[in-house]
Amino acid sequence: MKIFMFIIFTGLLTENFVLAKFLGICPFLGVSKKLNTAMGMSAAVIFVMVLSTAVTYPINEKLLVKYNMEYLQTIVFILVIAALVQLVETVLKKYMKPLYNALGIYLPLITTNCAVLGVVFLNLEKNFTYTQSLVNSFGAGVGFMLAIFMFAGVRERMESCDIPKGLQGLPITLISASLTSVSFLGFGGIAERLFK
Amino acid sequence: MAEKKTLRQELTKGFLIENPVLRLVLGTCPTLAISTSVTGSVGMGISASLVLIGSNVVISLLRKVIPDKVRIPAYVIIIASFVSIVQMLVKAFAPAIDEQLGIYLPLIVVNCIILGRAEAFAGSNPVLASAIDGIGMGIGFTAAIVSMSIIREFLGSGSLAGMPILPASIPPMTIFILPPGGFFVYGVMMALANKLSEKKGLPKAELKGCEHCPMNDACAVRPLKEEEEAKGKKGGKAS
Repeated sequence: MKIFMFIIFTGLLTENFVLAKFLGICPFLGVSKKLNTAMGMSAAVIFVMVLSTAVTYPINEKLLVKYNMEYLQTIVFILVIAALVQLVETVLKKYMKPLYNALGIYLPLITTNCAVLGVVFLNLEKNFTYTQSLVNSFGAGVGFMLAIFMFAGVRERMESCDIPKGLQGLPITLISASLTSVSFLGFGGIAERLFK
Repeated sequence: MAEKKTLRQELTKGFLIENPVLRLVLGTCPTLAISTSVTGSVGMGISASLVLIGSNVVISLLRKVIPDKVRIPAYVIIIASFVSIVQMLVKAFAPAIDEQLGIYLPLIVVNCIILGRAEAFAGSNPVLASAIDGIGMGIGFTAAIVSMSIIREFLGSGSLAGMPILPASIPPMTIFILPPGGFFVYGVMMALANKLSEKKGLPKAELKGCEHCPMNDACAVRPLKEEEEAKGKKGGKAS
């Protein structure tokens, strides 16, 4: 149990996907303007992350590693994730309309999001077991949600600020992301101290 | 691509006018993550450029064969194949770089620059122009990531490409090689690029929600957004 808590807290705070690992920067900068789109987007990210880990892990273990084909990982993973997302979207559209309306529209967008492919590779790199990988994916997704939510708040405040002309637009957004990221630095070591 | 450009213009537009990192805001993830060291950035720049040139050429060759409806999956497969090739080459010939790049090497496959160029250029232009576009964009990406890494490594660890520059008596500002430093340096560089392009009479780099994303056309969020916008103010959509 301790190891699961450790994995979740690491993904959430110390190694936050967006603010420490720089994965999923595009949606982080693009979607964080409004709280409700940020909500839908991050819920869909969590969903797809866990789902693609659940599917790619056995494929890697039972097929690629077994027959010495690890060099195909990149191609296989991106294809499997893309096909899977498409399938889920179609199924949701047909049978679960409310869920589709809440999440479905974000699904195709996420297919080529580096956060999803990144978590799959990261699980392999860290040699997690199946359950640990699933927990890690969930933690990373929640970490993404936390970052995008916090940042949406920061940006709402920024709207009413008087920003120097040269910094208006993206530069100030990036600099405030930097300051948000500083706050996450403060969590360094917290997961190790608490759960190890 | 409103007007026809000469090959020379195709090459040089990637350097500043359409610099993928600073002007088009693409490929932000590897730029922020890898620019902590100059060696890693050079490796990342070269690998991504190789993939970009290769995929641009192949996609341009196949542009009349690939049906429009399945073009995105087709592009992704082509790009993924090139990434695998580059991955194997780097593993075999530069294992130190492979270690530095880590998961960001396979993640070139989802680098928006490459899919973005495929969608915006290679899918509708002849082979030679596409190859040159790839080279120019590759150089622009490499230049941006390497110059960012020079700033970050110099300030953050007092060295350049692993060689110490500052004497040990001056403590480096470690924050510049930590994640916040990445966002900060990127922001400042973006402000500078905006200033430069303003002098040349070009518009500022802007992130208009999803519009800069290469997946925009294929993306399902767009119709929803248009609907939303039409509700807000009647027909103010310019694309």
